[in-house]
Amino acid sequence: MKLYCLSGHTTLPCNVLKFKSTTIMLDCGLDTTSTLNFLPLPLVQSPRLSNLPGWSLKDGNAFLDKELKERSGHVFVDSVPEFCLPETELIDLSTVDVILISNYHCMMALPYITEHTGFTGTVYATEPTVHIGRKRLLPSPLKDAVEVSTWRRCYTMQEVNSALSKIQLVGYSQKIELFGEVQVTPLSSGYALGSSNWIIQSHYEKVSYVSGSSLLTAHPQPMAQASLKNSDVLILTGLTQIPTANPDGMVGEFCSNLALTVRNGGNVLVPCYPSGVIYDLLEHLYQYIDSAGLSSIPFYFISPVANSSLEFSQIFAEWLCHNKQTKVYLPEPPFPHAELIQTNKLKHYPSIHGGFSNDYRQPCVVFTGHPSLRFGDVVHFMGLWGKSSLNTVIFTEPDFSYLEALAPYQPLAMKCIYCPIDTRLNFIQVSKLLKEVQPLHVVCPEQYTQPPPAQSHRMDLMVDCQPPAVSYRRAEVLALPFKRRNEKIEIMPELADSLVPMEIKPGISLATVSAVLHTKDNKHVLQPPPRPAQPTGGKKRKRASDDIPDCKVQKPLLSGSIPVDQSVQALERHGFSDIKVEDAAKGHLVLLREAETLIQIEEDSTHIVCDDDEVLRVRLRAWSSSSFRSSEGKARATSTSLDPCVLHCSCQPPAEEGKTRSWRVSGSRNKESAFEIPSQELQPEPPSLPSRHCLRRALSLYT
Amino acid sequence: MDPECARLLPALCAVLADPRQPVADDTCLEKLLDWFKAVTDAGSSLLLLQENPCLVELLFHVRKPQDLSSRILSFALRLAGTFAAQEDCFQYLQQGELLPGLFGEQGPLGAAAWVAPTVRSGWIQGLRSLAQHPSALLFLADSGAVDTIFSLQGDPSLFVASAAGQLLVHILDLAMRGPAEGRGPAEGRGRLQARDWPACARRIVCHLEDCLCSEAAPRVTQALHVLTTAFGHCHGLWTQGLWVQLSPLVARLLEKDPVPAPHALVELLLSVARSSVLSSDPGLWETVAQTLSHLSPMQAGPLAAGILKLQDCPQALRIQAFGVLLRPLACVLEAAAQAPGTPGLLEGAAGDQMAVDTLPPSKSVCVGLLCSTLAHLELLQPLPQRPSPWPQAPLLAAAVTILRFCNGSAAPSSELGGHLCAMLVGCVRVQRAALDFLGVLSQGLGPRELVTQVFAVLLEYLVSPDSSPTVLKKAFQATLRWLLGSAVPPSCCDLEPHAQLVLRELLAVLQKRLCSPCWEVRDSGLEFLTQMTRHWGGQATFRQALLASEVPKLASQLLQDPESYVRASAVAAAGQLSSRGLHAAPSSPEHPAGPQTPLEELLLVLTTDSEGFPRRAAMRVFTEWLRDGHVAVAEDRERFVARVLQAASGDLDWEVRVQGLELALVFLQQLLGACGPGAAPPCALAQALRALCRVQLFEFAFRSLFDCDRPVAQKSCDLLLFLRAKAAPSGSPQEAGESPDVAPVEAALRRWRAGEQGQPLGELAPEAILAVLRSLDLEALRDTLAESSDHVERSPQSLLQDMLATVGVLGDNEADCY
Repeated sequence: MKLYCLSGHTTLPCNVLKFKSTTIMLDCGLDTTSTLNFLPLPLVQSPRLSNLPGWSLKDGNAFLDKELKERSGHVFVDSVPEFCLPETELIDLSTVDVILISNYHCMMALPYITEHTGFTGTVYATEPTVHIGRKRLLPSPLKDAVEVSTWRRCYTMQEVNSALSKIQLVGYSQKIELFGEVQVTPLSSGYALGSSNWIIQSHYEKVSYVSGSSLLTAHPQPMAQASLKNSDVLILTGLTQIPTANPDGMVGEFCSNLALTVRNGGNVLVPCYPSGVIYDLLEHLYQYIDSAGLSSIPFYFISPVANSSLEFSQIFAEWLCHNKQTKVYLPEPPFPHAELIQTNKLKHYPSIHGGFSNDYRQPCVVFTGHPSLRFGDVVHFMGLWGKSSLNTVIFTEPDFSYLEALAPYQPLAMKCIYCPIDTRLNFIQVSKLLKEVQPLHVVCPEQYTQPPPAQSHRMDLMVDCQPPAVSYRRAEVLALPFKRRNEKIEIMPELADSLVPMEIKPGISLATVSAVLHTKDNKHVLQPPPRPAQPTGGKKRKRASDDIPDCKVQKPLLSGSIPVDQSVQALERHGFSDIKVEDAAKGHLVLLREAETLIQIEEDSTHIVCDDDEVLRVRLRAWSSSSFRSSEGKARATSTSLDPCVLHCSCQPPAEEGKTRSWRVSGSRNKESAFEIPSQELQPEPPSLPSRHCLRRALSLYT
Repeated sequence: MDPECARLLPALCAVLADPRQPVADDTCLEKLLDWFKAVTDAGSSLLLLQENPCLVELLFHVRKPQDLSSRILSFALRLAGTFAAQEDCFQYLQQGELLPGLFGEQGPLGAAAWVAPTVRSGWIQGLRSLAQHPSALLFLADSGAVDTIFSLQGDPSLFVASAAGQLLVHILDLAMRGPAEGRGPAEGRGRLQARDWPACARRIVCHLEDCLCSEAAPRVTQALHVLTTAFGHCHGLWTQGLWVQLSPLVARLLEKDPVPAPHALVELLLSVARSSVLSSDPGLWETVAQTLSHLSPMQAGPLAAGILKLQDCPQALRIQAFGVLLRPLACVLEAAAQAPGTPGLLEGAAGDQMAVDTLPPSKSVCVGLLCSTLAHLELLQPLPQRPSPWPQAPLLAAAVTILRFCNGSAAPSSELGGHLCAMLVGCVRVQRAALDFLGVLSQGLGPRELVTQVFAVLLEYLVSPDSSPTVLKKAFQATLRWLLGSAVPPSCCDLEPHAQLVLRELLAVLQKRLCSPCWEVRDSGLEFLTQMTRHWGGQATFRQALLASEVPKLASQLLQDPESYVRASAVAAAGQLSSRGLHAAPSSPEHPAGPQTPLEELLLVLTTDSEGFPRRAAMRVFTEWLRDGHVAVAEDRERFVARVLQAASGDLDWEVRVQGLELALVFLQQLLGACGPGAAPPCALAQALRALCRVQLFEFAFRSLFDCDRPVAQKSCDLLLFLRAKAAPSGSPQEAGESPDVAPVEAALRRWRAGEQGQPLGELAPEAILAVLRSLDLEALRDTLAESSDHVERSPQSLLQDMLATVGVLGDNEADCY
């Protein structure tokens, strides 16, 4: 099991998990902080921006002065913003089977992956994630200027649509089978509408992927924690970006500064995303504006998707917290912003053109994008309001450094307030969560395993767990610290019925099984072997007591070494002639010359090597099953390969009583062999009983 | 006992003895018991029982095994104890074998009823009342009750267990008092040897010795509790002997690891140290010193604090105790030190190892330790016997450091510092305790740079969005105390230049806090503003800074706040600002027709606000304004008083009405107070009376005499009594001749007394007022009002009647059902 880390960003992750034979991409985040290196894109030509001096090298060389502009000591690229993609060379992305999306923040790189890498798989995401994400994928937001050559321009609408068409909608707790091997399940993560954590599990292994979760009481459905218990590995990403800021305090700060500005006759600009925290902000403002006597102040929400964002939030009732869900049954709109709109306190516009310019009244509060201040209507407002100290810009989104965002606008007279509201888990909540769900191993970005560089003494600002978390960084491949040991094989009921367990020591029973191992779609089933034309064993056995007479007649050998003489006699009774017995280094060789068959009897294994002749095989099987309870494996081949394959089957009772019968199969196979007892990882299981108690038989089979 | 009660008693006893007629109300039984206690205290119990045989019958009846409720059984046990407290009555009851039947093996002790804690509690309290004389001691010894009390010390009910311990102390005291008192003081302590103690006392002491030597911590705790009570409540000389006998065992507890029952041990040692009889024992101080060094810092803290509060104790011990108390803070300073060797709080004791030993690794314990240390030091600071020299500067540094750890702004380089930071960051409990402590430290001065740090950290807390409302309130309070502390000494109304700088930043913070969505924050902000204005309203720098800020305007806007507490604080702030001429111009663009002056604004609050708090606040402001001669009031005082009284008299909130009467009293004092303490000269009086009539004060005052809320009536009574005292004691010839017509006033008063509030008094002549005042028996009215509201119903007779009536009703209901 391996984890390929394509992004080093903690809240915009992009990792690929190789689990059994599946390749699963976990989130598809796009690091958009690179946009901060570009100049803002104004709606109309801005003389202030276009007249900026070009940047020239120290030697006076000005070959880049058309593209690089300088303002207040910062150098900006004067072009359309470009983004820094996740690593695309670390793993062949065309082999990715599925992409799991946790929330709408973590899908911005989707078109780059699905449209340009040969990806042929499926993307899974919840409905609100897709709906809201669709709106975010549009002209959207970029890292330190390293490997600038890999930056890309924004995708086209066509690419967006094509990428979205590959998404399959899922609901919380829905179980999705991947090739019969792995099951993935989304769980509510409490962070945003439709945001999810994912459980990726097989019968014996469980990986939890925790991305962007919140335990605060906000609008989304609360986080489902219980299902994360008993994980072998928990991949932890998307914690709060501002661990020192408490969201409640920040909302208070936001409201106070807003009121202070507006009361002084100033305007407030809130650069934000069109969905997410804005819903909670509007809800707080709904309660606050009356008490603060701000009822007459207009609130404007300007975004191409403002209308649909506000409306969508109202119809995703099933994805909301309990309180809001119950409102729907009253029936009332779950979010109070409906009332703000109704009473004309909140007005929304697709852009600043048209309706907005007619209604515009000061002082006012404007919510608009993009939080990077590089494009969107916010650029216009920065130009309009930046010169007056009465106005205030309040930053609530934690994704961008507000100082860098403001750099191209300097010098600026308007007040700037930084109230980052990040409702994602903080480190105290994480340590409580980990104590509760107790994963065997925790894997997280390296940033979480040490205190933030600026506050190196804050030992509380890191993930604290035992054993210490395994950390990853961009472009790193991690071998996850646990081995797969077991595989589940089902036994057909009729075959299970025929088993005759014998108690070999108190509490441990042993039975041998002759069966055909049927493997299809990564499911392994032991089926009863085809009956020979004339059954030799007589009637079907149900209970050991039923066929006591049978047993008396011919008691098959369950354990111990094989008595060679008796076996030879039995072979003769079964019609084999010309039998020669030779001593070998580890046991005996029985040669059936006439049948061109070699039987190697060793201390702990027996091999029968014969031609692929069904009649002969049936005769041999009849002999073996009457002489001793051998276990026989047969893989039904789906390939035409005729390479021989040796299958060792060791039958062991289940480790715990009361469990369904499960059998461990340890296999080795020739590389070209067709049947799927998968992976080299399957190691022969050391017998849990002393070897003398354990019957180990092998049949050589030609497929 | 009065005959009517004696007549009712048999019926009541019958009811109590009848299991089919349960007494619904426990408090009745308690009141009944109180009454019997009062009766027996006043006279002979024996006589009472002989005159009322039904009582003895009740006690006999209770002894029989039956289905009586545990409450009645408990009641009967306590009643029997009350009677048996007098020795002759005890003998009388003994003759009838009643007491062994109640308190001995054959009583409830062996019965099923014993499982009820109330019965066990009644049994103990009965014995507690009974044990008052030597015969009782014999009875206790013979009946085996002492063993039962020993076992009840470990009772699952804490009340029972605690009462059992107290009973043991009581018995011990009773037993020891006899022989000890018999000796003269000259015989001294040496004669009070253990072998001389009465048998009963020896048994109890043996039991205590066994417990102290026990391996089981609960038993040790029980013994320590008993001893604590004994040394705390009994001051006989015998306690000395007991301490001499038991102190070696107590000292031996310290040899165990861990020390068993540390809290109880600390309590005991403090109890002994506070006792004047025992504190002269030098061994005691040695034990205390050992205890201080053996216990963990968390356990030793209360002991150290207790020792430091003692008036006299050895100086060395005080130094040791103070060291124990200071150690956690010294460790905090050590942990925060950037470089080793920084001067700490405790000389020579600092060091990483000490810090590791002192500060517990668990967050909750560490937080608890710091909080209790800060609380102890806070209590100690103002005491005269606080340790001297008081380490003001290091303590200030420690408080500041803790606050910095709590808000994450400390940057310790040591591992311990990092660990401490992780534990304390965001901890509201420690923040509150440290801010309180910091506030108390403002009474002493500190080095200049430390004071700068204090203001810096307080500002950090006031600015931080993460400060919880309670922390913020404490930060405001501490800031105010420090600002007051840094007033320049000669005039004490000028701020130091440094504080003036802080002031600007404070006002910026206040501005923001007054806009907070959290009402508690707005409220504390307004309170802070009111206090600041009260102290520095006349100071030029403050006035300038305040007027340059938005604060007055915001404060005035908060008069419309949706939260009534905030409106009340806004009213107080507006009142204070207006007194100092610092109020904002109230006209707002939204309400051009709104009130124009602070007076109008506050009158609007008084007449229209739906909640009581803002209206009460407005009344307080008005009273203050009237007292201080506010400009708006001085313009036309009579009109102001008339308007306010009119609004207050009709208010539904009694506190507003009381405040109204207070304002009226101030007005009255202003009119007549200049005349000196005695009666006012007639002309001044006549003038005042006319003014009072114009503001319609009498209508309000007379109405209030019959107010359904007693405090209003009392206040009115006081007001009118004051006025009557100011009026000439006997009518002047002029008045006597005219004999004013008081009939309409008296008629109105009668109607008001009858509850008809609607009748107006009409125009009144000053003479008529005086005549009415003299005709009213205000003293009698005042005495009646001073009685508690249930004085009529509290007679024993009514209690008995009530109890019988309740049971009667129950009987009726039963009949109805069938």
